Amino acid sequence: MSQAETAAAPTAPAGPVKATEPAEPTRAAVPTAPDAPRPVSPLWTLSLFRSELAITFRRWRTIALLGVLALVPVLIGVAVWIETRDGGSVGAGRGGDEVGPAFFSQVTNNGIFLVFASLATMLPIFLPMAIGVIAGDSVAGEANGGTLRYLLVAPAGRTRLLLAKYAAALVFCLVATVVVAVAALTVGAMLFPHGDVTLISGTRVSYGEALGRAAVIAGLVALSLTGIAALGLFISTLTSSGIAAMAATVGLLITVQIVNTIPQLHIVHPYLFTHYWLSFADVLRDPILWDGVVKNLGLQALYVAVFGSAAWARFTTRDITA
Amino acid sequence: MARIRPTQVAEDDFWEDERPVRRRKAFRYGLPVAVAGVAAATVGLVPALADSGSPDLPKISAEELIAKIATSDTQQLSGSVKIDTDLGFPALPGGGGFGGGSDSAATPTSKLPELAAGGHTLRVAFDGPDRQRVSILEEAAEYSLIRNGDQVWAYDSGSNTAYHATAPKKAPAKRGERPELPKDLKDATPQQLAKRALAAVDDTTEVKVDGTAKVAGRDAYQLAIIPRGDSTIGAVRIAVDADKGVPLKFTVTAKSGGKAAVDVRFTSVDFGKPTARGFEFTPPKGTKVTEQRDLDRAARKHGAGLDKGLPGLDAIGKGKGKGEHPDLKVIGEGWGSVAQLSLPGGGLPTGKHLSGKEAGPAGDLMDSLSSKVEGQFGSGRIFHTRLVNALVTEDGKVFVGAVGKDTLIDAANKAK
Repeated sequence: MSQAETAAAPTAPAGPVKATEPAEPTRAAVPTAPDAPRPVSPLWTLSLFRSELAITFRRWRTIALLGVLALVPVLIGVAVWIETRDGGSVGAGRGGDEVGPAFFSQVTNNGIFLVFASLATMLPIFLPMAIGVIAGDSVAGEANGGTLRYLLVAPAGRTRLLLAKYAAALVFCLVATVVVAVAALTVGAMLFPHGDVTLISGTRVSYGEALGRAAVIAGLVALSLTGIAALGLFISTLTSSGIAAMAATVGLLITVQIVNTIPQLHIVHPYLFTHYWLSFADVLRDPILWDGVVKNLGLQALYVAVFGSAAWARFTTRDITA
Repeated sequence: MARIRPTQVAEDDFWEDERPVRRRKAFRYGLPVAVAGVAAATVGLVPALADSGSPDLPKISAEELIAKIATSDTQQLSGSVKIDTDLGFPALPGGGGFGGGSDSAATPTSKLPELAAGGHTLRVAFDGPDRQRVSILEEAAEYSLIRNGDQVWAYDSGSNTAYHATAPKKAPAKRGERPELPKDLKDATPQQLAKRALAAVDDTTEVKVDGTAKVAGRDAYQLAIIPRGDSTIGAVRIAVDADKGVPLKFTVTAKSGGKAAVDVRFTSVDFGKPTARGFEFTPPKGTKVTEQRDLDRAARKHGAGLDKGLPGLDAIGKGKGKGEHPDLKVIGEGWGSVAQLSLPGGGLPTGKHLSGKEAGPAGDLMDSLSSKVEGQFGSGRIFHTRLVNALVTEDGKVFVGAVGKDTLIDAANKAK
């Protein structure tokens, strides 16, 4: 937290704190030019964002989280490799109709499918759980640690602080996805054949094109997580307990995932933020089918708009007591 | 403890400072509510608006329209087809409407019956008589049937298995090889369905042009085929592309009303040349390939055992694959025709053919699915679905048709 405080609140006044006008440039936290009148530059927001990023990614728990995320593709890859080492196919021991999770059986065709298999396995629970931890902790964790009020002392404004927090959570979405994808790609290339890739439509494409599609998929997976990040941020503004916010976010995720599997509730399914998550698989068809992807992105945008603005409404009108 | 109250800062200083906190709060909370409301309204309105409109097209007679379909020389086409079927088949555990073949190979026979229940999206691409592909889109997987010259491949990406057959020279088109699906689903594209429906047109049928429609963004005429007599089919509607003469939509409504029993339509269509690489298939390294000739060999080895092991209606399909079913007879003509065949097991089924070996709930299941009937033929059970009714007699004969119960009993009496 100390980085944030030094970056954002170098001149914290004592006593009851009131956020001051950042439009008043003399109070802006730029030690090099304390007296020069200066318009607020976008860099100001960026420095807040940078300090948020630094806080997020320098934490041991973030690094441990990313380590665990990177470990899962390795485990999947090794497990598939052991099972199919003798020439068998995935799921051969469980009867022919058992197909297993998406893309598992194709990992033996080409190692790049380990990327898709890992993302398809981790997108429903692991990845959003990690996002829930980061996003849920973002505001509530500061409140819990008693550092939120000092952050607000800085003349940054609550909206900007919230945006910086959310931007940092989004960066974590991307970094987490990329960590998984890169780990899977590396393990897949080591254990399984590479070369031309047969897409799920049966069409053969070059490894380069498949890599391009993998990059698109990683981007789509990261964007799929923006909805739960906004949700986590909103929950985080509701409480002063970081643990409670994380637990609520992850609990909500699990509830939504369960509801999404109950066929009797199919009417609400299209509105659940997890419903179109696996649409990224449509990128592996030939030609690419964008319908589901577009629906997914639209739904995520809606969640970001609704819960982002709810978080803003809550955070900008709330009494900060801790 | 000192409280920190929110203060106005630069980015939101359009608020008047005097505005009471409570009102400001309500206003701010109104924003997410408004966003959600607008989104809900859009979700509700946009499909309603997009689906409307019947284009203005010059008048055309039913004969001209049928001729248009017949003379259509469209050879190249690709697009997405949405299939929704609600035949009233019971949904049995396992998802599919029928028992389904249990062989794990990616043979078309084991896969295509799935289309008879629920909603599916297909992608089709045709490039002349030699190159066709049909893919069933599944979640994160795809089942593709690819024909390129005399090579027929099926690839099931979900189980990573492939099926390969070499079509004989001068092959009947691929559909000749494909398994017989339950009535009205023989071929999944609107074109083939339309051909079948038009073939059934005779004096028991009324055919008329029923307005225009927009399908997959193209203007189309609607052809309505209305059977007379004791048929469970209310009407068959075919939307025909006004320019190309290609059927774009095919719906079957049951006489009993309700939503369409079969609804097959293009959701997007492109009359350009499909990309060549879609027709080329080489099985990837790790894929298990089943050759048709191996299957044939296995079938000969096991003899009739293969047929016997197959449940109920599926047996009809399997039998068809190797030529005409020897026991299949058709009684009557046109829409009122009834197919007669014998159950492989013989005798009144105990439900075994519908629910596998679980004899416990099978009895209840039988009662919920069928009703007992008696007649000169003896006694039997009638299985109702929305379009097809089947009478299974106790001596193992099955009468199936898109006809009412009385016609089925008549047919059974006549066959006696």
